[in-house]
Amino acid sequence: MSPSTLGAAKKQSQTDKQSDIKERDVKAYSSLKIDRRAFVGSVAAAAFAAPAVVRAQDKALKIAVLLPRSGFFAQAGQSCYRGALAAPKVLADLGYKVELVHIDTESNVDLARTQAEKAINDGAGCLIGAFDSGQTLAIAQVAEQRQVPFVINVAAAPQITEQGYKYLVRNFPTGGQLVTNGLRLINSVSDATKVKFETAVFLHANDTFGTAQRGAMDAIFPKQNMPFKLLESIAYDPRAQDLSVEVTKLRSLNPDLVMVVTRAGDAIKLVRDMVRQRFEPKAIISPGSPGLYDEEFFQALGPLSDFFIYNLPWANPKSPMTQSLETSFKQANPSNRFAVDCFNAGFTFEALLIAADAFKRAGSTDGPTLMKAVRETKLAEHVIIGGPIEFDEKGQSKNIGSAVVQNLKRTPTVVLPADVAAAQPVLPMPSWQGRS
Amino acid sequence: MTFSLYIEVLVQGVLTGLVYGLMALGLSVIFGVVRVVNFAHGEFAVLAMYATFVLFTATHLDPILAAIPLAALFFVIGWLLQRFVVQPFIVRPQHDQFILLVGLAIVLVNALLMIFGPDSRHTNLPYAYDSWFVGPVIVDKVRAYAAAAAVAVTAALFAFFRFTLTGTAIRACADNLTGAAVVGLDVKKLYALTFGLGLACAGAAGAIMVALTDVTPMLAPSFTLLAFTIVIVGGLGSMTGALLGGLLIGVVEAVASVIIAPSMKSMMSFALLVAVLALRPQGLLGKPA
Repeated sequence: MSPSTLGAAKKQSQTDKQSDIKERDVKAYSSLKIDRRAFVGSVAAAAFAAPAVVRAQDKALKIAVLLPRSGFFAQAGQSCYRGALAAPKVLADLGYKVELVHIDTESNVDLARTQAEKAINDGAGCLIGAFDSGQTLAIAQVAEQRQVPFVINVAAAPQITEQGYKYLVRNFPTGGQLVTNGLRLINSVSDATKVKFETAVFLHANDTFGTAQRGAMDAIFPKQNMPFKLLESIAYDPRAQDLSVEVTKLRSLNPDLVMVVTRAGDAIKLVRDMVRQRFEPKAIISPGSPGLYDEEFFQALGPLSDFFIYNLPWANPKSPMTQSLETSFKQANPSNRFAVDCFNAGFTFEALLIAADAFKRAGSTDGPTLMKAVRETKLAEHVIIGGPIEFDEKGQSKNIGSAVVQNLKRTPTVVLPADVAAAQPVLPMPSWQGRS
Repeated sequence: MTFSLYIEVLVQGVLTGLVYGLMALGLSVIFGVVRVVNFAHGEFAVLAMYATFVLFTATHLDPILAAIPLAALFFVIGWLLQRFVVQPFIVRPQHDQFILLVGLAIVLVNALLMIFGPDSRHTNLPYAYDSWFVGPVIVDKVRAYAAAAAVAVTAALFAFFRFTLTGTAIRACADNLTGAAVVGLDVKKLYALTFGLGLACAGAAGAIMVALTDVTPMLAPSFTLLAFTIVIVGGLGSMTGALLGGLLIGVVEAVASVIIAPSMKSMMSFALLVAVLALRPQGLLGKPA
C-alpha cells in the first residue's frame, strides 16, 4: 500500500468513526429533554472544553532521538540521524504527528543516561535510540525507572530484551538472530556462486556488540552444521591504530572465508592491512555488522571497498514506504546516498513510525498507556525486509528478515534473496591488485 | 605461526614503536626543561594531523615530507603559547597548570569537531598499500617510511641538544635552573624555545601519523594517554627514555597480540606501565627524584 493509499484509508476510517459518533449523538439527543438551564450549562461547558479538545487533537508526541552523533560511533550515529531528519515528512503524510528532539550522546554511555533523564524532564513522551548496545542499556534503565517508552532503533546485544524491562521494545534483531540469519545466508551465497568454503576465521571487535556477536557465534555455529570448519575466533580492539598484527595472524591461518564483525573505522584499517600483506581469502563476509557499507568505507578505500558481503536486514527496495522514505531522505540530505544509509536510516525511521503509530492508537502520552500501545504494534507496511512489525512478550521484534548485500561499484547492492535482488553475487573476491 | 611471522610481527612493533617514541619525545622535552606537563600534547599532534590533511588535500604534499613545514609551524605555535599563555603559570601551583592545559585540550578537540566534524579523514598515498618482501617477511612501505622519518627527526633533535650552544644552554636549564640563571642565560627565552621544540616534535609526529592512520578529533585523548604511558615507562624528562619507551610499547603491543590475544594489546602496554612504576618508579632511564 502506498503512503497516499494509506493516508486515504486512514481518512476513510476517520470519516467512518465520525459517522458512528454522529449516529450515537442523534440517538442520545432524541432521548433527552433539554430545558433552558441544561442548555445554557451545556453551552458553557462546551465553550470551556472546546479549546482543550482542539489542543488534544493537535498535540504531537514529543520524541527524544538519542544517537551517538559524535565520538566513536559518530559515523553510524550521523547515518541514523539522517533517517530521523527524513522521517517527519513521511510520518506527516501518513497522518502521524510527532515532534522530534535530536540529542547527541557523544558515544558516551554515561552521557546517554543523563541525556535520557534530561529529555524526559523536558517533556519527551518517548525515547528512540541509541545505535550502540552499551548506550542503549544505559537508556533502558532510565526509561524503566521513569516509565517512558523506549523504542530501540539499532542495538543487537541479546541481554537488552532479556532483563525484564517493561518500557522498551527493540525493532532490531538480536546478535543471535543476526548470526543465525548471517550463517544461513553464507550457505545461500555459497550455493548461488558455487564457491565452497572449507575453513573460516571469525574476526570481531571487542566492544559490546562485537563481544555479543562472538557469544552468539560460539553458541550457534556448532548447531548450524555449516560446511566449513571454524579455525579460530580473533577479538581485536577497534580503537587500535592499526590491525597489522591481526592480519598477520589471519595470514598464518589462511582461511577460505573471513567472517568479520566490525565498525567503519576498523574495517578500513583491516582492509588496508590485508592489501599490504596480500592476504586474499575467497570471501570476506559479515554475518551481521556495520562497517562494510558506510560512506567512509567507500571513500577511504575506493575500488578496494568492492565485493565485501554483509548479511543484514536491509531496506526493501520494492516497499512503497521505502520509496517514500528515499524521496524524503534525498530532500533532507541532498549530499548523502540513501543506498548507503538505508540500513541505519530505515531502522531509525521504523522506530519513529512505531512510536507515532502507538501514540495515534493510544491517544495519550501517559507512559503506561503509550507503552501498552507500543507493545501491541502491528504494522504490515514498513521499510525493512520482513513480515509485519510485531513484538513478543519481551519486546523483541519477531519478523525481521535479512538479505545478502554486496558492495558492487561502490554501492551496497542486494544480491540475495533472488526476489528482491538487484544483481548477482560475485565470488570469489577478485584480487586486490588491478582493481580500478 | 611460523618463525618468520613472529619476525614480521616484531618488525611491525619496532616500526610502530619508533613513531610512538617521536610522539612522546616532545612531551618529555617540555617536562625535562620547563617542568610543565603538557596535557594537550596529543591534541596538538591531532591538530598537526588535520593541518597535514588540509595540506595534502590542497597540494598533495606527502605527509612524511609535510613533517618539515609542520614542525616549523608548530615550533612557532609552541613558542607563542609558552610566552603568552603558559609562562604566567610557571610559578603557579601544578594544579593550575593542569587545568590550563586540559582546558586548552578540550578547546582544541571541540574546535576540530566544529570545523571538520566527527568523521575520519584520510590521505590516499600512492604507496599506501605497497610492501617489501624480505624473504618470507613482509614489511609495509608506509610504516617503514614513517619510522625512518621518526628516526630522522629524533636524530636532528638529539644533535641540536648535543652539538649547538642553544641546545647546551637548554640542557643547562634542565640540569640546574638557578645555576643557568646565575651565569646569565635568558631562562624565559629558553623555556619558550623548548616549548616550541616540544610542539615541533608533536607537529612532526602528527604529520607522520597521517600516513599510518585516519584522523578524527577523538584520537587526541588517546594520543595524550599514549604519550604519557611512554614517557612514564621511559622516564619523565629523559629523551632517550621516551624513545626507548615508545619502542618497548610498540613491541610489547605487537608481541602480546600474537602470543596472548590482539584485543589485549592495549592492556599489555598498561601492564608494562604498572610494572615499571612498581619496580622503577622514575622510569627506565629517568633520574630518581
